[in-house]
Amino acid sequence: MEYNAPAGKNLFDNAKVVGKPTRRIDGPLKTTGTAPYAYERHDVVPGQVYGYVLGAGIAKGRIAAMDVSAARAMPGVLAIVTAPDTKPVGKGMGNTAPLFGGRDIAHYHQAIALVVAETFEQARAASSVIRVEYERQKGAFDLASAAPGAPLDTTRGGEPDQVRTGDFEAAYHAAYVQLDERYTTPDESHAMMEPHASIAAWEGEKLTLWTSNQMIAWNKGSVGDILDMEPDNVRLDSPYLGGGFGGKLFVRADAVLAALGAKAAGRPVKVMLQRPLIYNNTTHRPASIQRLRIGAGKDGRISAIAHEGWSGNLPGGSGENTVQQTRQLYAGDHRLTANYLATLDLPEGNAMRAPGEASGHMALEVAMDELAEKLDMCPVELRIVNDTQTVPDEPEIKFSDRNLVRCLREGAERFGWANRNKTPGGLRDGRWLIGMGMAAGYRNGPVGKSAARVKLDRRGRVTVETDMTDIGTGSYTIIAQTAAEVMGVPLKQVTVRLGDSAYPASAGSGGQWGAASSTAGVYAACVNLRRAIGEKLGFDGDAATFDNSRIAVDGGSFALTDAGALSATGEMTYGDFQDDYSVGTFASHFCEIAVDAYTGESFIRRMLSVCDAGRILNPVSARSQVIGAMAMSVGATLTEELAVDKRFGFFVNHDMAGYEVPVHADIPHQEVVFLDTLDPVISPMKAKGVGELGICGPTAAVANALYNATGIRVREYPLTLDKYLDRLPAV
Amino acid sequence: MAGPISLKVTRRGILAGGAMSAAVSQVALAKGQVETPSAPPPAHQKVRLTVNGRDRELDVDTRVTLLDALREHMKLTGTKKGCDHGQCGACTVMVNGERINSCLSLAVMHDGDEVTTIEGLGTPENLHPMQDAFIEYDGYQCGYCTPGQICSAVAVLEEIKQGVPSHVTQDLSSKMQPTNLEMRERMSGNICRCGAYSNIAEAMAKLAVES
Repeated sequence: MEYNAPAGKNLFDNAKVVGKPTRRIDGPLKTTGTAPYAYERHDVVPGQVYGYVLGAGIAKGRIAAMDVSAARAMPGVLAIVTAPDTKPVGKGMGNTAPLFGGRDIAHYHQAIALVVAETFEQARAASSVIRVEYERQKGAFDLASAAPGAPLDTTRGGEPDQVRTGDFEAAYHAAYVQLDERYTTPDESHAMMEPHASIAAWEGEKLTLWTSNQMIAWNKGSVGDILDMEPDNVRLDSPYLGGGFGGKLFVRADAVLAALGAKAAGRPVKVMLQRPLIYNNTTHRPASIQRLRIGAGKDGRISAIAHEGWSGNLPGGSGENTVQQTRQLYAGDHRLTANYLATLDLPEGNAMRAPGEASGHMALEVAMDELAEKLDMCPVELRIVNDTQTVPDEPEIKFSDRNLVRCLREGAERFGWANRNKTPGGLRDGRWLIGMGMAAGYRNGPVGKSAARVKLDRRGRVTVETDMTDIGTGSYTIIAQTAAEVMGVPLKQVTVRLGDSAYPASAGSGGQWGAASSTAGVYAACVNLRRAIGEKLGFDGDAATFDNSRIAVDGGSFALTDAGALSATGEMTYGDFQDDYSVGTFASHFCEIAVDAYTGESFIRRMLSVCDAGRILNPVSARSQVIGAMAMSVGATLTEELAVDKRFGFFVNHDMAGYEVPVHADIPHQEVVFLDTLDPVISPMKAKGVGELGICGPTAAVANALYNATGIRVREYPLTLDKYLDRLPAV
Repeated sequence: MAGPISLKVTRRGILAGGAMSAAVSQVALAKGQVETPSAPPPAHQKVRLTVNGRDRELDVDTRVTLLDALREHMKLTGTKKGCDHGQCGACTVMVNGERINSCLSLAVMHDGDEVTTIEGLGTPENLHPMQDAFIEYDGYQCGYCTPGQICSAVAVLEEIKQGVPSHVTQDLSSKMQPTNLEMRERMSGNICRCGAYSNIAEAMAKLAVES
């Protein structure tokens, strides 16, 4: 089914099941510990043994010698796979450095050996007696010193990433007020709770990987590329993931080493990346330096805006697009956006939840707060006067459905923004300095082709199979809701099977495209199943009404079970009419913070996000996506930073004690409001994702609240108290 | 009882190691390296414990953590490994009624102990009230930290009931209340990267009020 014109009324608009607050259908499994994650698949293949990964102890250089003799002699050891003895594996999608093989070291904790043993303890003990001698080379590890000479980023489409509209410099200098500030964001880690894990088993040429991966179809191909084998001989199975956030978009070392180890040992091998390896071995959100220049009139209207971003990556890696939201969010005739990319020898940077935009908002939306102050204008009003219904640097492109102003007004009203103290550092509540901050949010609303198979059995039960994944987002439930809606059956009559590459290929989970795309594919399959049922029973499936497990047709009715067992596949693809639109999601975010006037410790008191993302398929799981992203925003703003050792080139705080993500005590009750909107351009579902919108802006709302509380503007994230303690107001 | 693993050097071990390295290592050895002797077989020990009401007897490598004994030996995989270093709380179980990080404890330290895991609290068909409350308030997303969160949540309400003080307890002399702040403080050893905290607090509040 091709989607080639904006949606009119369709089956989805009945909305009897979709759009209703619905408990997750996988809840009973997840809350009882019976949902099987990758490393726990004891039952899928007998004879599993354990792999333990050794990571490189240098950031850049060569392995001069590796002595595994003592390790091989350790009890229980079945095989040792070493990088020097292995030809560098191929690169899959999103791999910058080879995941394994050869003597060259591209980054710290790159995998250099796998010990396979009968037990985990034996594999771990043996790995500790592998001796490695390195030839260390000098590397570039400091973004600040590499940035000034960095060229324009050409990793997105091959062209230098710079867009000019009008004459920015002239307009900026002529503006009534000017703002020119620099902001830095640190390297961040996904730090999902389930470490990357895989069980690999060979059957002749055929490889099965029970793994934890967001993108099944992509990575079936990638495993083929990496191991130089036919993708048809690869099966991936990933029904449950313990979080991903972009860190499991691609194949990583756990899967590759499990496969190589299984081949070497002649046994199925399970590998879980040890937690201390994850931060340097896998990908991270790259640090950024961002410069914002904004010129505005007395009325707050922006006449000139420039946003330039610098990031770094390994050779061949892509840059962080921190300016993306600035091209969409605010009007202004004279514009400049650019991304520069430095070469660094740190571990590889790649996508983490809302890549580019999460960091970009941390600069843009603080700059807007600073501009509002210069103009003596309400920050909410400043954003409202600069709203636009067409893309500022491509005016011929209109937004498909943009309700940012409603988000801003409704958020301000609900949060009690009018009560905000306008004098920074001027409101005390006992020992607490109190502040409020806000920000706008934008994240694009992508959609991609997605397929599914839907089966009807003789008891009228509907089973959906698609390789879509549920990374905590609620895919199981919205897919069940979709099938229940279109096939006219109760939700409990639907079974959903996900994550197996044997199922039709979905869009997968990433870039907040998963919900909109995968449900559209299921919709297409259900429409085909309705037609197949109609063909069998002699009616037009498109014209019939499927409801309550019955089918009403002109002059009669059937029970769904009259159709017997049937199955249909379907795929939703998209026509190029969408090129005429910018499809995005919008939000306003608000935060109230309390800062201890004596110690400088900050505590979030309240948070609110008002989101405009089209139809909300399941308000329960959508709200959870947003509150979770708000929590991750608090971490990004206040605590999270991969500390770089600039001498030796690695992230020092590479565990869950040193890399500080928010805990219960950091997060108060959070409010989320969804506007009741429908976007007819994105898909027949008229629904857009929200999982990344929630991390686009709350960061800046927290930062702006901290400024409002203390009167101190810190532009280097995270905003830890050591950066402002000595400047707090006198107590 | 077996002591720590012996690192006694034997001539046979050295010879075996040397032969192995000559046979299989294709990597040149650097000058001056000394062969490490092969280690003796790992020490094993029997341990008897009660898990979710069922008596278990295991003969385990003394290095096996309680977490891995549950997950790898008893196939009770509801208890999760998030960090294996006591930093995340995903492996929380109750031992003799108190919650612990099972990754920080060796199985052989638990001879005679009563262990309750998430599987012992309830099943999909017969949920514990806390499991039901987590579903009602959507107190989870990816589900990986969830068993640990639920075990902790059950234990936290019990700790408050018993008057065990925490870092944020203001008044030690009167009856302790299950306030939002008390619960959040006590739950802070259980990390949820999906960020379901606000909903977990509501699930716990429902049960705290009911009890």
